[in-house]
Amino acid sequence: MAEIPNLDYIKEIAGGNEEFEKKFLSIIQVEFPKEKEDYSNLLNSGQLEESAKVVHKIKHKLGILGLSGGYKMAIKYEEDLKMGNTALKDDFEGVLSAVEDFVLKIA
Amino acid sequence: MKCIIVDDEATARAIMEELCGSFPELEVVEQFPNALEALKFLNQNEVDVIFLDIHMPLLTGIDFVQTVKDPPKVVFTTSDKEFAIEAFEYDFIVDYLVKPVRPARFQKTILKLKSAFAPVLVGDGDGALAIDQQKDEDLYINIDRRLIKLKMGEILMIEAKGDYIDIKTTTNEYRVHSTLKKIKEKLPELLFMQIHRSFIINFTKIIDIQDNSVLIERSVIPISRSQRPNLMQRLNLL
Repeated sequence: MAEIPNLDYIKEIAGGNEEFEKKFLSIIQVEFPKEKEDYSNLLNSGQLEESAKVVHKIKHKLGILGLSGGYKMAIKYEEDLKMGNTALKDDFEGVLSAVEDFVLKIA
Repeated sequence: MKCIIVDDEATARAIMEELCGSFPELEVVEQFPNALEALKFLNQNEVDVIFLDIHMPLLTGIDFVQTVKDPPKVVFTTSDKEFAIEAFEYDFIVDYLVKPVRPARFQKTILKLKSAFAPVLVGDGDGALAIDQQKDEDLYINIDRRLIKLKMGEILMIEAKGDYIDIKTTTNEYRVHSTLKKIKEKLPELLFMQIHRSFIINFTKIIDIQDNSVLIERSVIPISRSQRPNLMQRLNLL
């Protein structure tokens, strides 16, 4: 079953600080789509090592949003990309879509 | 403690700022999205602690700490465990946090920072508290490319064996390619003491002292003539 993003970690960090929660959400709503776009552009232009660097940043967000399976996959995908292997592309992009939907939903 | 946060991810900076905000002893004075801006700031300002990401464009966190003159205490924050060994090569590295950082783990970082800044106190209430905190600190050792975590409080003694050291803990014994001098720099002074050119002991694990030897568990460790006065000075002698 596909993992569903959640805000458990952010709520744990916030400890009831709603201002922080709002601030975090506004940041991720800007940062995540940009990183997703950067990743796609770099991958499509064949710059796999550079796209691995963006996957590195995205994987942190997967961890933040409670996607432990997606986080582990991103670790593997980041290493694969450095070696020129894109076998996990579709799976990883499926996780990105789920995160994007989630980020839009909480907007 | 005045601190700065250096991370190219805005989300990571926001989380670190919020984590720091839970501890009144930490004051986040500035945040930077890259190491070059942080370098400029440090040329004109003094801080006590840097929370530093490793993977950043232009200049990595590792390159950054090698560039800073008289670096303050540094806590690495990264999504990778692969740099842990390299990170702890430097004395000013206090901790290595893997993101996303849990609040409970961050609390340990604060204890480590407090220990790093605290004066060494022995024999009074504050000293006892500091010892308790240092017992909970971690030491990672590299064995066959595996990083094994040891609790400082579980280490009984370390013995030099040529190019290696043997670390004896309450449950295991490990042989590591290192020197007593190197490991001594990583050990909290309140807990550990070199009592012989080949031995460092956990001071709190002593069972008894007889003539020129110390008993720890079932091991008898020699005390060198030169170190005996230092050892006797640390004892709470009746």
